[in-house]
Amino acid sequence: MTQHREESIHRPGVLVFIALFVLFSIFLLSQLAAETRFVPNGKLVEQPRFWPAIGVLSMVGFGLAQIALSWRVKAGWAPGEVLVWLRAFEYLAWFMAYVAVVPVLGYLATTMAFTTSLAFRQGYRGVRSLGAAALLGLAIVLVFKTGLSVKIPGGAVYEYLHGSLRNFMIVNF
Amino acid sequence: MELLGSAFLILARWDVVAALLVGSVGGVIIGAIPGVGAAVAIAILLPATFSLDPIVGLSALLGIYGSSMYGGAIPAILINTPGTAVNALTTYEGTPMTERGEARRALSLAYSASFCGAVFSIVCLILLSPVLAWIAPMFGSREIFLAALLGVILVVLAHRGQILLAGMMAGFGIWLNTIGLETLQYSQRYTFGQTWLSGGVDLIVVVLGLFAISQAFVLLVESDKRAHAEPITGGLLSGFKELALYKRVAAASGSFGVMMGMIPGVGEFTAQFLSYTYAQRTSETPESFGKGSPEGLIASETANNAVPAAAMIPLLALGIPGEALTAMMLSVFYVHNVIPGPGLFQNQLDFVVAIYLALLVLNVLVLVFLLFSTNILLKVIEVPTRFIGMAVLTLSFVGVYSLRNSAIDCALAAGFGIFGFIMKRFSLPIVPIILGMVLGGIMEEKLRTSMMRVKTPFDFIDRPIAFMLFLIIILVLASHAFGLWRGFRAAREGSR
Repeated sequence: MTQHREESIHRPGVLVFIALFVLFSIFLLSQLAAETRFVPNGKLVEQPRFWPAIGVLSMVGFGLAQIALSWRVKAGWAPGEVLVWLRAFEYLAWFMAYVAVVPVLGYLATTMAFTTSLAFRQGYRGVRSLGAAALLGLAIVLVFKTGLSVKIPGGAVYEYLHGSLRNFMIVNF
Repeated sequence: MELLGSAFLILARWDVVAALLVGSVGGVIIGAIPGVGAAVAIAILLPATFSLDPIVGLSALLGIYGSSMYGGAIPAILINTPGTAVNALTTYEGTPMTERGEARRALSLAYSASFCGAVFSIVCLILLSPVLAWIAPMFGSREIFLAALLGVILVVLAHRGQILLAGMMAGFGIWLNTIGLETLQYSQRYTFGQTWLSGGVDLIVVVLGLFAISQAFVLLVESDKRAHAEPITGGLLSGFKELALYKRVAAASGSFGVMMGMIPGVGEFTAQFLSYTYAQRTSETPESFGKGSPEGLIASETANNAVPAAAMIPLLALGIPGEALTAMMLSVFYVHNVIPGPGLFQNQLDFVVAIYLALLVLNVLVLVFLLFSTNILLKVIEVPTRFIGMAVLTLSFVGVYSLRNSAIDCALAAGFGIFGFIMKRFSLPIVPIILGMVLGGIMEEKLRTSMMRVKTPFDFIDRPIAFMLFLIIILVLASHAFGLWRGFRAAREGSR
């Protein structure tokens, strides 16, 4: 396992990722004084700045040490890796679109549409696969919203429904 | 006896029994699906349990935690793919046994070894509870601070080969936990003038992003892995008889599981490797290891199933989680205003015993379920992995959105999802972030409280347990430094 972990640090792209993370940490360190308060004459451990400083200094210190140790490793950079990351961003966009539509169309319709269209995007074209995806969406809504009553508000479109049906939809779907 | 009766009363409710049943059966199914695992399932279900009673919510989560490894052994043995990461060693022995046509024997051994490991660990937990109840009140703020500090150090050092990265990620977790309004001077920290950051970054948002959403991305971007396993014929109870032939290996592996489970940051992997190495070294047929040795299989499965109950010890007694899953469970306790730690043992010992009993019951439920449903579970293994990724992404929404109905939380979780995805692509350590967040919060609070009564640095360690913890920290750091120095010297001599 140790060997696997050591090898993972030498994979193409890892050093770039660590370097970007360290740059972010250095940015946070540069903001330490502006973003935290220091109380004059107060005890060190009671300073609001104390724990953020420990966190950020650990990030910078360990990160720089890692870069210094890995500097000579010629792992290079694999452009294909960036393409994989971009593919993940596509699904991030799918997820955020789902988040944006739920309050409008309601949980049931959006979830069934989301699972079915995502299955289609994944290349599943058969009626059985798409039907299974729609059923998955329905099952999730029935278990969590109808069964466990988790806090997900009704969709704005439910406002156009009649009184009792509207309430039923808001409570269950 | 009165305590046991009171604990039984806590459990003797239809909703607790239902939660245990759903959690344990669900955990086995989730464990059997390669690429999902207990962490993803617990992260998704966590917010849904907030509306339940603490014992009901915890029973469901404990069910998943304690049973996923049983399910994980099925694909590890039948299709050479561990259902959960901790079943990796099971593939070494399980797959060759399946190839020899001994799949039923391997599964039967895995189930019986898992059951024995779990029960052994729970019995240890029950026997240890009077000792814990006696010791726990001796833990004040400074002792809990030192124990949490030891936890962070051990978590970082447990990532051999990636210690610097683990330290960096633990620091990231500590920093994340400080974002927002702090309650001593009422000042904002790292909010950059954004009001939505004033409330801080919720642990569950980070957990869901790093574990569930990132895993959904991993599954969605990869091509489908379809597996097929042949159905099992015959009974699965015979493993208990065979296990009796290897009771020494089972007992030693269970003990390793208990010991490693209690130490924060160590967990299943170390327990498994120690048990496996011990079994191989003491075996009469060490050459059979890696070629389908029943002893190797028993060592692996007994050790990893002994860990969950033992990992509850630091959580319940000190309020200090040792790994990501117990860190998630800690948030269930906090939501219900049940604060794990010394006070829990003093004031709600029946609740603690009820948790032990729940662990025991769930293992019986899982065993019975597995004896009758292994062939049905084989269908779960055959579900395409991208379809599972889609399900995980859809379920992640429930977890994040139901917290505060906040699109910002969802965006943050998705951001952590991308971060976790890249970390997983590079096999970089994620768990230190979660433990940094949880233990960082505990350390900040306890250090502040304890320093009020401390005048000189020596006052901090003038109590026996505080001094012992301080000594252990020094010993752990010194032994690591010595190991580094020895490695450096060996490398220098080798290059000459």
